[in-house]
Amino acid sequence: MARMKFLCDDERCIACNGCVTACKQENEVPWGVNRRRVVTLNEGVRGERSISVACMHCSDAPCMAVCPVDCFYHTEEGVVLHDKDMCIGCGYCFYACPFGAPQFPQAGAFGMRGKMDKCTFCAGGPEKDNSKEEFAKYGSNRLAQGKLPACAEMCSTKALLGGDGDVIADIFRNRAIKRGKGSEVWGWGTAYGKPDHPQQQAPTGAKS
Amino acid sequence: MISARKLVITVAALAVTAGLAGCGEREQVVVYQQGKYQGKPDTKPWDNDPGASVYTSSKWAKGDQGGWETALKSRTQNQNEYVRIGDQ
Repeated sequence: MARMKFLCDDERCIACNGCVTACKQENEVPWGVNRRRVVTLNEGVRGERSISVACMHCSDAPCMAVCPVDCFYHTEEGVVLHDKDMCIGCGYCFYACPFGAPQFPQAGAFGMRGKMDKCTFCAGGPEKDNSKEEFAKYGSNRLAQGKLPACAEMCSTKALLGGDGDVIADIFRNRAIKRGKGSEVWGWGTAYGKPDHPQQQAPTGAKS
Repeated sequence: MISARKLVITVAALAVTAGLAGCGEREQVVVYQQGKYQGKPDTKPWDNDPGASVYTSSKWAKGDQGGWETALKSRTQNQNEYVRIGDQ
């Protein structure tokens, strides 16, 4: 098995926020914490796009690199999880994460930061699987039940795909080809755009 | 008389030993090793009994990683409408 990944198809996402609701309901996420959210780019402008964003379960996770107490770990399936008993709520992971995935519940009357909470790929945490303790701290452990994350499984347009990276990449590739587009929907040009002035090349040669 | 004295000494020695054992100092915090996860160990998802949860459709034998992966891969295909509904 490759690594567990999410993939959001912006051609399909209709910003219904069903994934956000599913996550909240499945994991009973506290008020003020959003493990998943829908981001709309160029809202109101022709060609606007929406994508659903949560923890991307990075292979080389920056949250893991900056954590001063090393409370993060990678599971064998490539899911990034953390031990809430070790977390000191410092917020370094929030600054390091490019997706804004780490969330901090407000604890106490004076705005103190609680322990970090984030998407677990519905894989629970370091407690006995599907126990009360695991659910209270980390939410549902669907992987241990042979299920996939609730957000992806309930997505009505199947814009959000979740699962083994190789398998969902195949699903998406097949879908993109079926749309009537082929090789042009893949590759560098699609991902990063074509240069406005192709004749302009990056300077080459030795530095002066 | 001697045996009674010996008994008293033995009991006293045992009491002192037991008392001192309570004074032992245990490490209260984890020994910090940079870059190494020192939290609780996590169990593998395939180490669970699939029948333990109520609404489980995926089946695998407890501890069978390959079976769990196959079950999950087939479930992932539910997200592929070209398979689920059929190629139009």
